[in-house]
Parts: sequence; structure tokens; C-alpha cells
Amino acid sequence: MIERNTVGRRLFIGSNYTFLTILSVLCILPLVHVLSVSFSSSAAASAGYVKLWPVDFTLSSYKYVLMKKEFFRSILVTLERVAIGLSVNMALTILVAYPLSKEVNKFRARTAYAWIFVFTMLFNGGLIPLYMTVKYTGVLDSIWALVLPGALPIFNMILLLNFFRGLPKELEEAAFMDGAGHWTTLWKMYVPLSLPALATITLFATVGHWNSWFDGLIFMNSPSHYPLQSYLQTIVIVKNFTAANLNNLKMLQEVDERTFKAAQIFLGALPILLVYPFLQRFFMKGIVLGSVKE
Amino acid sequence: MLKPITEEKRGVPEPAAGVRTKPNRLPQWPLHLMILPALLLIIVYSYGPMLGSVIAFQDFNPARGIFHSPFQGLENFRYVMALPDSMQVVWNTLIIAVMKLVVGLIVPIAVSLLLNEVRKEFFKRGVQTLIYLPHFLSWVILGGILIDILSPSNGIVNDVLKLFGVDPIYFLGSNEWFRYVLVISDVWKEFGFNTIVYLAALTSINPALYEAAVIDGAGKWKQTLNVTLPGMAPIIILTATLALGQVLNAGFDQVFNLYSPQVYETGDIIDTFVYRIGMVDAQYGVATAVGLFKSAVSLTLLSVSYFLAYRLANYRIF
Repeated sequence: MIERNTVGRRLFIGSNYTFLTILSVLCILPLVHVLSVSFSSSAAASAGYVKLWPVDFTLSSYKYVLMKKEFFRSILVTLERVAIGLSVNMALTILVAYPLSKEVNKFRARTAYAWIFVFTMLFNGGLIPLYMTVKYTGVLDSIWALVLPGALPIFNMILLLNFFRGLPKELEEAAFMDGAGHWTTLWKMYVPLSLPALATITLFATVGHWNSWFDGLIFMNSPSHYPLQSYLQTIVIVKNFTAANLNNLKMLQEVDERTFKAAQIFLGALPILLVYPFLQRFFMKGIVLGSVKE
Repeated sequence: MLKPITEEKRGVPEPAAGVRTKPNRLPQWPLHLMILPALLLIIVYSYGPMLGSVIAFQDFNPARGIFHSPFQGLENFRYVMALPDSMQVVWNTLIIAVMKLVVGLIVPIAVSLLLNEVRKEFFKRGVQTLIYLPHFLSWVILGGILIDILSPSNGIVNDVLKLFGVDPIYFLGSNEWFRYVLVISDVWKEFGFNTIVYLAALTSINPALYEAAVIDGAGKWKQTLNVTLPGMAPIIILTATLALGQVLNAGFDQVFNLYSPQVYETGDIIDTFVYRIGMVDAQYGVATAVGLFKSAVSLTLLSVSYFLAYRLANYRIF
């Protein structure tokens, strides 16, 4: 844009920078507050002294959380879920996006397949029939109940499909001329050329699995099989705090419910806070490129 | 004239039978094979539940299963219609979803216009990093945070209000406030992430248009009105029409983690209603009937919205 350097313009720029700064701070302020609470003594927290900086700095909440077996067990379930779920998601996304990115004259069944997949975004059977299906297929209360129903993330698949379509046709034709088949072309050409898009959908799929909590809640029969977010849901959201374990009783007196919850909230968000800044430039590029259509 | 050509043709070596000459003669079966695993899973876990929706028309009994429960027509639908809460739940869903759609459309557009005026690249990048962040946190985490900061006894929001002499407000337990909390927190979570598409649209506006506007004497404001906004119009129309298909989705994850029986009157939505009837009260047939009703209406709305998006913005899903 072309701008003139008038007083009004400078005033606008000044207030614009101020406004955007306030807006950005507002996005992380609640997190900073919860972080401060988690590092504060329970007395200071329950008295409401803690604002944006810890009061009576202490690690007792974290010590307490890290002593809890349930917490570790749920992290293990989540890690297992992310490892299996992400592999399945990525493999299926790539394998479906490639054929569907072909022109109809190169792959006649393309349109039919595409509709079969896209229709699942438009219509679903609802909660109870899904629960019944998971039950009838015998995966209830296992890690597969968290992986198989969302094995192909349709949105990610469409993103990658559109990215594949944006690659020059000449490359593919050259590969075919040289005798490469579909598998070789996909693996040796499409995948290496699509790293920004693949990084984007890897981020989305990982965050999706890390953050899912509802499926764990309904598909797992015993709380010992809950992934981290389902476990947190029962601790942080449901208001009855029952840790009537005798060994923990002494700790419980020191650790206020509020600081304890804050520590768990922060630990649940931590991996995302750590990974996300590094992937940001990929997903911004990936989303925009993936939505470009011919 | 014909003879030399045939002679010339004879000069070119004929390809042996069976050798491919054109790339599109490649066999298609590997493509089918690639799709097969995902197709099977989709058939079982997406189309299976669609067929399983028949229990909406049954007096479903888990012991007898889908195949042997007695068929009872529209009885479950009649039962739901007769419940006093049903209409309220549908209204709550519509009101909350529409409020979110409107505010959630305006805020990202405004913020992307403001971000577009920023010339310092590192500042822009920094703002983007911070405002995208809440999108990546789950509603369990954000619900936990909101419950803490909105607490009437020691929440920081009420502490700040106290400074202005306002009595503590129980935001999550008051029917007056609950919907606003939902809308504000949802927009807070998603506005940053939703600026991405608008920022992309802004960079694709032809700079020559701004030069022409300046020559015609347009100031910054006129440039925004007459160049920037028309340039963004297609993407705005697109997001608005696609949003139309979502008016029955008021945000299950958010509401489920924030609501309580005190605010069912204003905050209970179709999805949470289905959850309580189905998973808590174990009235499977009734819950499925409500879910099926929602899915069917959603399908209609989505079809209309995709059709409009196709006509107005030339949008195609794939």
C-alpha cells in the first residue's frame, strides 16, 4: 500500500501497534496467570494474591502432580496414542490424497471415491451409533478405539490433495516416462516435494491426538486407560476433588486444589507450547498453499 | 503426395506391441490399492454408524442389539418433541452458534486489516505467534483456565472488577452471562487462527490498484474501502456461506467443559443434550433420534452452503 506520512497516519500507526500489542498479550495472559498460580503457595493462591507473578514461589504443586501414578499412566496412554494415531493418520492421508489428486481421465474412479470420503464430512451417524460401532468391532477400551474412528482426517487429506494438485504435471509425466510407477512417483517425488504441507498436517494430526479427550472418556471403560486430556478433564473440570488416598493426605494439606489444578493445566498444555513456535512458519505456508486451487 | 509421407512414417521405428507410449496408460489398480485401507475404515467407522442410526426408529435394547430390537417407527421422535426442554435446546444451539458466527467473522477480518498495516516484519510475526496460540489448546485446558479466572471467590477477573466497585459475578453459573462467556471465549480462541486466510487474501491484492487509487486522490481510508475490502470480498463471502452449514454446531467441547445444571436453561445445546440422554441416561434410541435429526438438518444446511459457496465464490471442496 502507498502511504503518506501525515500526523493522522502516524497517530493511526501508533494506536494500531498499541492495540495489536494489547490483543496479543490478552491471548496469553490467562495462561501466564495460571502458570503463576501453579508456582505459588496454596495460601497465597486461595487468598487471591496471585496475579501475573508467583507469590511465595514453590514447586510443591508440581511435586505433588509428578508423584501421582495416574498422571504418568495417562501420559503414557497419550504418547502411545499419538505414536500410533499419527502414523496411521499420515500413512492414510498420503495414500488417499495421491490417487484423488489425479485428473479424472487418469483415474476414472476418482470422483466416486472423493464423494465417498467427503460425504462423511457432511453427514454422520451421531454419538450413540458410533459408540455401538466401536463396541461391535471389539476395540472398546483399547487404544484402537482412539485411533481407528478418525484414522483418515478428511480435512487434512483435502489440504494435501490440493497441494499435490499444485505440483507441476510435467514432473510426474517425466517420472512416468522414465519408467516409475505410481508408488515410486508418490514416494520419491510427491512426498519430498510436499514437506511444508506434510509438516502442516503432521502438526494438525499431532495436536488433534494430543488434545482429544471426549473419545477417551466414552470409549475407555476404566479411568486407568484414559489418555492425559481425558484424565485432566475428570480432574480439572469435574468439580469433586477426591484424592482420599491416605498416602497423599499430608501432601494434600500443603497443596491447594487450585494450585494443583493449575499445575496440571499447565503440564497438559506444555508440549504444544514447546513445539508450536517451531512449526508455525510451516503451517502458515502449508494452509495457504493447500487451499490454492486450479 | 501420399507416398512420401508413408515412406517417412516407415522411417520412424514402430513401438513394439504392449510398450506404453503415453503416461496415462499406466495401470490404475495401484491407485485403487492405495485407497483401499482408508476406504475400509471409513466404511466401518463412518458409514457403519450411519446405518446404525436405525436405532432411532427402534425401542433399542442393548441386550438384543441392533438386529433384534423391536421397530417402533417415530415413537422416539414423538417422545423428544414432548419433552419440555427440547425446543429450548434447539433455540440455545441456534442463538449461541449464530452469535459465534457473526462475531467470529467480524473480528478476524478487522484484525487482519490492522495486521496488514504493520510494516515491521518481526512485530507482525510476534503478534501472529501469540494470537494463533489459543487455537492449539484443547477445551479441557481452556475450560480449566476459564473456571479458574472466572471464579466468583478468587478468580482474577472478579478481582479486577472489584477494583471498579463491581460485585463478584458468577459468570459460569449465571444464565444472564453464560452465552456471552461462550461467545467471547470461543472468539478469543479462534480469531487469531482465522486471520490466516484473510491475510493470505490481502497479500494477493494487486498493488497497482493502490497506486491507481492514490493517483485518483484516495487516502488510506478510501483505499481500504474501495480496494482492500472488495479484494477480500470473495473470501469473506466464502467463509460466511460455509459458516451457514455450521449453525447447529454450537461447540460441544466448549459447552461440555463449561456448563453446569444451573445454566442448562441458556447453555444446553443439542450435542450436550444427546450426550446426557444417551451416555448418562442410557436412552439410546431417543439420543440417536435427536442426533439423527441434527445430522439430517445439518446435511441440508451444508448442502445449501456448499452450493452457495460454489455459485458465489466458485468454491469446490476438492
